[in-house]
Formats: sequence, structure tokens, C-alpha cells
Amino acid sequence: MTKRQGIFINIGERTNVTGSAKFKKLILNGEFDAALEVALQQVEAGAQIIDVNMDEAMLDSEAAMVKFLNLIASEPEISRVPIMIDSSKWSVIEAGLKCVQGKAIVNSISLKEGEDIFIRQAKLIKRYGAATVVMAFDENGQADTLDRKYEICERSYKILTGKVGFPPEDIIFDPNIFAVATGIEEHNNYGVDFIEATRKITDNLPYCHVSGGVSNVSFSFRGNNPVREAMHSVFLYHAIQAGMDMGIVNAGMMTVYSEIPNELRERVEDVILNRRSDATDRLLEIAEKYKGEAGEEKKEDLEWRKGTAEERLSHALVKGITAFIEADTEEARQKFDRPLEVIEGPLMAGMNIVGDLFGSGQMFLPQVVKSARVMKQAVAYLLPFIEAEKVEGETSSSNGKILMATVKGDVHDIGKNIVGVVLQCNNYEVIDMGVMVPCEDILQKAKDENVDMIGLSGLITPSLEEMCTVAAEMERLDMKLPLLIGGATTSKVHTAVKIAPNYSGPLVYVLDASRAVGVAGSLLNETTKDKFSSDVAKEYLDIRTKYENRDKKDNQVTIAEARENHFKIDWNSYVPEKPNFTGLKTFVDYDLSDLVNTIDWTPFFRTWELAGTYPQILTDKVVGKSASDLFKDAQNMLQKIVDEKWLKAKAVIGFWPANAVGDDVELYSDDKRSDTIETIHFLRQQMKKRSGKSNMCLADFIAPRETGIHDYMGGFAVTAGIGIEEKLALFKGTHDDYNDILLKALADRLAESFAEHMHLRVRKEFWGYARDENFDNQDLIKERFRGIRPAPGYPACPDHTEKPALFSLLNARQNAGIELTDSMAMLPASSVSGYYMAHPESQFFGIGKISKDQVEDYAKRKDMDLATVERWLAPNLAYVRK
Amino acid sequence: MTDRTALLKRAMASRILVLDGAMGTMIQSFKLGEEDFRGDLFKSKAKDIKGNNDILAMTKPELIYEIHKKFLEAGADIIETNSFNATSISQADYEMEDVIYDLNVACAKVARKAADEFTAKTPDKPRFVAGVLGPTSRTASLSPDVNDPAFRNISFDELVESYKEATRGLIDGGVDIILIETIFDTLNAKAAIFAVQLVFEEKNMDLPIMISGTITDASGRTLSGQTAEAFWYSVRHANPISVGFNCALGAKELRRHVVALSKVADTAVSAHPNAGLPNEMGEYDESPEEMTAQLKEWAESGYLNIVGGCCGTRPDHIKAIAAGVAGIKPRKIPHFEPHMRLSGLEPFKVI
Repeated sequence: MTKRQGIFINIGERTNVTGSAKFKKLILNGEFDAALEVALQQVEAGAQIIDVNMDEAMLDSEAAMVKFLNLIASEPEISRVPIMIDSSKWSVIEAGLKCVQGKAIVNSISLKEGEDIFIRQAKLIKRYGAATVVMAFDENGQADTLDRKYEICERSYKILTGKVGFPPEDIIFDPNIFAVATGIEEHNNYGVDFIEATRKITDNLPYCHVSGGVSNVSFSFRGNNPVREAMHSVFLYHAIQAGMDMGIVNAGMMTVYSEIPNELRERVEDVILNRRSDATDRLLEIAEKYKGEAGEEKKEDLEWRKGTAEERLSHALVKGITAFIEADTEEARQKFDRPLEVIEGPLMAGMNIVGDLFGSGQMFLPQVVKSARVMKQAVAYLLPFIEAEKVEGETSSSNGKILMATVKGDVHDIGKNIVGVVLQCNNYEVIDMGVMVPCEDILQKAKDENVDMIGLSGLITPSLEEMCTVAAEMERLDMKLPLLIGGATTSKVHTAVKIAPNYSGPLVYVLDASRAVGVAGSLLNETTKDKFSSDVAKEYLDIRTKYENRDKKDNQVTIAEARENHFKIDWNSYVPEKPNFTGLKTFVDYDLSDLVNTIDWTPFFRTWELAGTYPQILTDKVVGKSASDLFKDAQNMLQKIVDEKWLKAKAVIGFWPANAVGDDVELYSDDKRSDTIETIHFLRQQMKKRSGKSNMCLADFIAPRETGIHDYMGGFAVTAGIGIEEKLALFKGTHDDYNDILLKALADRLAESFAEHMHLRVRKEFWGYARDENFDNQDLIKERFRGIRPAPGYPACPDHTEKPALFSLLNARQNAGIELTDSMAMLPASSVSGYYMAHPESQFFGIGKISKDQVEDYAKRKDMDLATVERWLAPNLAYVRK
Repeated sequence: MTDRTALLKRAMASRILVLDGAMGTMIQSFKLGEEDFRGDLFKSKAKDIKGNNDILAMTKPELIYEIHKKFLEAGADIIETNSFNATSISQADYEMEDVIYDLNVACAKVARKAADEFTAKTPDKPRFVAGVLGPTSRTASLSPDVNDPAFRNISFDELVESYKEATRGLIDGGVDIILIETIFDTLNAKAAIFAVQLVFEEKNMDLPIMISGTITDASGRTLSGQTAEAFWYSVRHANPISVGFNCALGAKELRRHVVALSKVADTAVSAHPNAGLPNEMGEYDESPEEMTAQLKEWAESGYLNIVGGCCGTRPDHIKAIAAGVAGIKPRKIPHFEPHMRLSGLEPFKVI
């Protein structure tokens, strides 16, 4: 085989709704002519293949794909190049394949959902006569290391060329390009991992190709195009030498490798190739210096002056033009009844566009700053009118008082200023302390001014540490104020992993200025603030657990030490309530209407990739319309589900005498406690804990056998998905994906609600340890009640293989109509199962990484072979299994 | 591989194979009336069916049989079934959608009978039947409405269904080869390939596929806009036993496209041009000698594996062509290093 080197095929990326806000807007508005123009420009600019992607929740993606490809077919100047049909949904890909006469590329398939689906899709692609991108993704997730990347690609290659008979030259591997220089050490080697995986793939898998999305690599330098461009060319320079021969690249975001200044190139190379541990910091040191070098302003086209005042304001904001702002603002002021309406109307609409463009990477920080400047001038012009109105009429109070500061050691404040402007425009009082503000000054000022929340900003890596200091200090001073975190190097992961453990008050990471208003609103609204902060806290706990699971095996203690440090409960002062019955109770056709009111809607919107908290999301400026429409459809369908009995809810619960024996819990047939009917095995945290914190295990919440205390444990399995398949088949038959997804999402919500509802009845009546409990829905969602219902497969007890024991105890298949698949998934999918524990101190936690000593012991306890246990617990292993 | 496929491959390795000529031209010469087309079978049909040449395989099979025999006598190695329009989509014009399977079986059987008789007569020159799948009367990648370019009056799935039905009939009637021909929209051909492969899978069998496109005008493109090379990359996944061009042009105009194809196709190359371009009266008047002179030169230049005629070619054309290429070595099929070959309207090679 001839070694390919130096050839690189540029795939146009602008006809992609997930990558281009402009294109997305055109498609959503049905402006297909203008969308075609985008495709044409790309081809004219030299794209050799164009990537078409219509993956957008608010879009009938299949229909949009078909329409756009049909239109392209009628434009010879566009359709002369091959098409890359890009979707994460197979149905969209297949619809696209049916529209192209040429030989296209599918982007993408992978082993994510297992070998059978992979083979089926590959066979079809072959039959449609297309090439395909294969992602380095398998049943265990996306590959991030060299070994995983290669291993998955090699396996895919063997299946494709062996079982499918797929031509190897038609395979394009995408071994995942991830961001480097994020400030998180684990990310430092991502560039090297990709490049080396590429080399290994090209060396060992004949005739195939390697591709990737290049702009990902520089994501942490958003806003600094010169540095990003340098990163892209350096990355490609090395990746192409290693054999990468295709890529999704914005040609406008590239510089010539040899034209990068030496100093910048060396430091970028250090980062990309992970050549020194301080590479990120060294690049950050000089990054600012190169920032200003972006292209010159072009001569302004004044065509936009012909629009309405509102259109002109919006254009001025997006383009950052201050020349006409006062005149346009005055014109708008005369159009509206009140000056404030100009801010709330056209100005905010313009800023929302800016926020969206920025959020999708189409605008960069410097441009956003220009927009903010325009906004500030418009607001400044309106303020006297607003003040005058106040004197005349009612006094409008501010929505809240927010203190903002860039932390000590950092001088960057652009992002913070934007957030400040946007918040002020939304009637928040903002106290901006500027840059380099020491922790004690921030907290003192917060007290003096009696602010409602504090926002911290920072750009450079050491600022992250300083934010942790501020958070810890707030905790020490027993402050409860919401703390917002933002700035270019901050991230949700960093906030969740590093900052959140320092502070028990509300803590929220704010991605960009466009989200600030929503976050502030949710945190200050009396009815939503608790739920919002607890949702965020839950999400962060989840992120933390996942992150800790990725962690290498540092900071582990032995299982003996961990057991020594178990969660201590004073059993002598505890008298367990005996459940009202032991054994099982089944519910064959539970009334769905009882479950509707307790639905937690926020995750429902998340399913549809709509970010926000219910009910604020319905009035959200950006997604409010979409969310409301969706919510209306959901309500209508929910009505039908209940009225026409589309779905049937079934459940089984049970209680048994129980005692802990080590990390296991024994369940007995009766209170004599001599006949053990089942042993439930739990795992214990093994990460090194700070003093005063325990290494938790769920068995800690059940009275140990040697105490002689008669304790109990329960189990449950509920489903709201009986009968769903017939309905889904109907929707599938009419290619109605929207209702298909809607029904699945609603069934999931109903199942969760059912589990919650059943837990309530357990607490109040079936077990009855909290007869007087009387919480409202908010409290319930915040889980203020006593007792927990952990589910096998979730962070506190991550072992899925405990499900069969639970299911057999409950006879769940017979009693609730729920089956377990080989991979321990529940069918119907809209089902929840788990244990009931009643001790007042019982609580959720994540197991995190566990060491081999515990895994060996656990395998012995379960009488399973070590390899099998290791396979199931793979995400939790702190070591590399053989 | 069936015995007949092996026989076909052996024949292709040793000589240039000759296809038959124009079925339509031959039928026209009989000047049939409405009642001839109807026969007894469709006596009471409300809709006129005169001009529905394909239906004659059911209503006048002896006539079709005679035409096949004439081309076999002239020296054709491969005869094409009279099923150019025998799909539900094309037959909808005559409201004949309910007899598609039977029609294709009948088309295949009558050709089979003629071919088998000649194979028996000259066992050293076995004759083969190519079951024809025509382009249908609709196009999947072109809009019939200039004001609505995204509109299509036929979908890929509808084409697949229609082609599946016809393919089942052709196979059950006993064809040796599936010939997807006169392709002016490559997406239609891709649907035909998809359908044929599905039927193979369904019947757990496999037949050789021949693919033949049509370059419609001087632009050198298919009607749907592809160049010869782009067209090949779009259908190459069918792994056809041959690829080529037919119809629309005479040999003179077709030559450069066949040459282009023969340079990039790692399979046999076929050509069956018309007998020149139509004259003012709409007749094809290139003589057998004129046509043969050109095709012989192609064969000598090493561009051809299979050759025949399309519109306007009669048995004497085929007889002249067969004599002309006899003894000339077939084109040697090249072997290329595997490289990704993509296409839009134009080819795109990834080396």
C-alpha cells in the first residue's frame, strides 16, 4: 500500500445547522433560497465536498434534508461536488441517501449501539452506493485515548471489511478531535492522542481515510481567532503528516503554518503536542498579544439603513456600529409607548441574536464587546427618559442587585462587562468592582451593599483557583448568596468538580452573557429559586461523579481503610418502623391521571435539547416559543394518553426484614431472621476523603446484624410504558418522528413521576414511617423527605448485575410486565426500579472509582468471576483491567 | 455462480460479445393495430393500448419470438427482453399496473425460448437473455415543475418497489442477466440496483448485472447532468459485469464517452448506439456498413467488450457488427489500486 501523505480534502461545513447559526436560521425560517446561496458560496470558495446537516430539535430533519438535497440537485454549480449526508439520526441519513444520484459520504455510523445495528446500517450504505464516516465510538462511549481510538477503529474496520464486505477505501475514520488547553490536565494529551491514532490507523488499516472536525481543538480560545487559527494549522500540519486526509475545516479560520510567528508557533506546538506541563499557561501568557491581529474592518455598506428603526437597531447591535445609534434609538423611542419598551423590545432582540451567534461560535468576544458598546450607548440615551417617567409615575424597583468582579490576579473583564450590560438592560442593578479584586473585598462589598448574588469572572487558569478560594471563604462565613461563575477558561465541568465542593449555597456556571439573564431570573424568583439551584446542584453532582470516574487511581484508599471510615449511624438511638406489610404488593393498572400533576418537566425539555428550567423556560427569550409549542403538544398528547389509555402503568413493591452484613444487605423471609432469601451486594467509595467525610456504602444505612436491631429494606419496579410499542409503530409507519419522540419522552416522565408518587405512598402508607409528611411538589422535587430510593445502575450502586436479584424478589416480570435484557436494560424503557431505605440519614452519593482489592472481594461475595465483574464495573475501575 | 454465469464470463474473456438491435424499430415495421395489441387477453379493456410494445409479449408472443430469432440468426450473443417499459410506473399510462409480474415473466420466457433453441443449434456459441429494466417515465432527481425545483413526481422508494416487481418476473421467467439500461437519471438506476439486490437477497441468488447509461446531448452529460466518469462512480457499487452507454447518440457522437468510460471502468465496457442521429423524418438511416466501420475501430482500439445497437438497428446491422468485431480481442479489464471515488455531477477522486 502506498502511504498517503500531504493530501488534504476540505469539507465545507457551513451548510450545517449545528455548526452555523446563520444556516440554521435560514432553514428554520424556510429560506431555502438563501440557504442554497450558502452552499454555492462554499463550493465557489473551494469546498471539495459539502457537509449537509439538519439535526435540529425544532426541525423535521428528514423533510429538511430531502428538500435541501432536492434543491441542490437542481443547482449544477453546487451539485457538481459530492455531498456528505450528516446526521446523528439514521432515518435522516437514509432519507438523504435516497435523494443523491452521485456517490455520497454518510456522516456517520459507529458501534455506539452495538454491532448488529452497525452492520445493518453499513450494509444499507453499501447498497445505496455511498462511502461512510465511522466515529471512534462504541458501546462504552466515545474514544478519548490513543488505545481506545485505535481499538475501536480496528474493530470497526474488521467488521466492515469482513462481515459486511464494505470496500476499505470507502471507510473514513473520525477518531474524535477534542479541545486541548482547557486547563484540565486530562485534556492536555487529546491532540497527541488524535495524531497518534491517525498514524496507527493509516499504518495498519489499508486504504481507509481519517477525518475530523478541526475547530474543536481550539475551543478554549474562543474569541481569540489568531491563536485559534494558529492552533488549527499546527494541528493539521502534524495530523496530515500522520495520515489525516480529510477534515471539516472553515477555510477562513486557518493561517499558513510557516507564517505563524515563531514564538506563537512554538507555544501552540507545545500545547498541541503536549510537550511540556506548563504549555497551556505559556500559551495563555502570550495569547493576548496576538488577539488584536484579526482582519481589518471593511468599508461599510449602508444598504441596511433602509430598514425600519427596529431592524436598524438589530443590525447595529450585531455589527457593532455606533454611528447612528442615538438617532435610531430616538426614532424607536417615539414609536413605543414607553422608553423601557425599546430596551425590552428591539434592543434585547438584537442582543439575543448576538447571544445566539456567540453561543454557536459565529461571533467572537471582541465582536460581542462592540455589540455591548452599542447597547450601552442606546441604554444611556434612554436612561434620562426612563428616569423622567419614574418621577411621573410608579417607581419601578430593580429585579435584583448583583455584584460582579474579576478575581484577584486577573485583569480580564470583557466578558464580565458584557454580562453586566445585559443584566442592566434587564433591570438588574449591577455593582461592578472591576478587575484584580481580592476575595475579602468582594465579600465585604457584598455584605455592605446587601446584594442578591455575586458573579465572579476570570480568563486565565490561576483565576480558577482563586474562584475556589472565594467559594470556600463564602462557605466559612456561612453565606448563602448565589454565586455565579463565568469567563473564558471556566467551564461547567470545572465549576462542578473544583468549585462546587467548596460551597453549599447556590452555585451556577454561566456559559455566556446570553444565559446570564435566565440564570439570574431563576435564582431570584421566589417560586423557582430552590428548584433551580437543586437541579443545578444535582446536575453538578452528576458531572462530578462522571468526572471522578474518569480519574486515574490516585487518592484511593484500601477497601479495609474505606470500611473503617464507613458512614456512622448511632444505631442505639434508632428504632426502625416496621412496614405495614412484608412481601409483595402489585398494582396492575394504575390510574395515570394520578401521575400527571407530579411530572418534573425540566428533564423533558432537556430531552429536546432546550436548556432551561420549567416553567421559566416557557417565557425564555431564546427558546420560549419553541418550549411553549412543545409544551402544548405535550399537554395534548398527555391528555390523550390518559383519556384514551394509550399507556398502562404497572408496579410492584415489596418490603423485607433486612440487616447489613459488611457491605451486603441480607433479606430474610420473616422476622425470625434465620432464613436468608436474598443478599444484596453494595459497593463502597474508595476515594481518599477529607477528615470528617465518610467512605459511603448504601449498606451503611441498614442496621448491621450484630446490633440485633430489626431493620427493613424495600424494593420496587414501576413502569408507564406498557402498550407503547403499538403506538410507536403507528408513528413510525407514518414517519412521524416528532410524535414518536414525544411519546417516549412523556412515557419516561410518567414513569419517573410514578416512581416518585409510589415512594410518597410508601413513606406515608405502605411502610408508613412518615405518615404526617406533607410537602408541596417543590419540596418533593428537592427531595427534602426522609428516605431514599437508589436504583441499581446509578451512581450509588452502579452494578447493573444486581437487577436480576431485585427483579426475582419482586417477580417484576410477572407482576409489573418489565423484562430485563441481556445488557440489564429494562423493557419497556419507561421503567424505574430500585430499593427503598428509610433511615433519616440515608442519602445519595456516587461510588466513584474503586480499586482492585474491593472488586476482587466483591466478585467473591457475588460468586462471579473477576473478569465479568470488571467488565460490568468498567466505568468505575480505578485501574486498567487485563 | 450459476453455470450460465460461468459460461457468460468465459465467453466474455474470449471474445467481444454482440448484443441485439432495436426491438421497437422491428415492431413498428409490422404496423400493428389496436386489436393486435389487445389480443384476446385485453379485448374488453377500456383504455386504448396501441403502442404498448411490451404487452405484445403476452398478446402476440409469437411475433416477439420471431424478432428475437432474427437477431439471434444475425449473430447476437445476448438478446434483450421486450420489457423496456414493463414497470408499474411506465405501464400506468396504459392502466396495466396489475399485470406487471406476468408481463415480465412472459417477456423473459419468450426470449428464453428463442435463446435456448439457438444454443442447442450452436453449443459452442451459447446465447444469453438479458432482462431489461428501463428508465421508467419519471425521474427521481429532476423536478417536472420548473417553479418548484424541490418537487419530485416519483420517490426512490416507489422506484424500488416498481423495479422489484419487474425484476421478480424477469428472474422467474428465466433471464441470465439483469440489464439496467438507457439510464438518463442515475438516481433511478441506483433505485434499480437497490431493488435488484433486494430481490437477489430475497431469492438467495445472484445474477450478473449490466448497466448502460445514456448521454443525451452534445454537452456530454446524462440528462441528470453527470459526466461519464461521475456516472460510473455512482453505480460502481453494483459490481456490474459491464458498464456502458446506449441510445440517444450515434456511434460517432458516442465514441468519446465510451473512451472516457473505458479508461476508468474496472469492469467490461459495452456500447449499443443508435443507427446514427435521426433525420428530418425522425428515422435512423445509418447503414450497417457505416455503423460497423466505426464500431470496428473502437474494438480495434481496445475500448469494447460488448457491442450492439439501439434505436434504428435491424438484424442486418447486427449481422454486420458481429462480422466486423469477430476475431478482435476484447478490451482487457484493468485493475486499479483501491481509491475512494466519489461523485456529484462530476467525479471526485481521493487518492
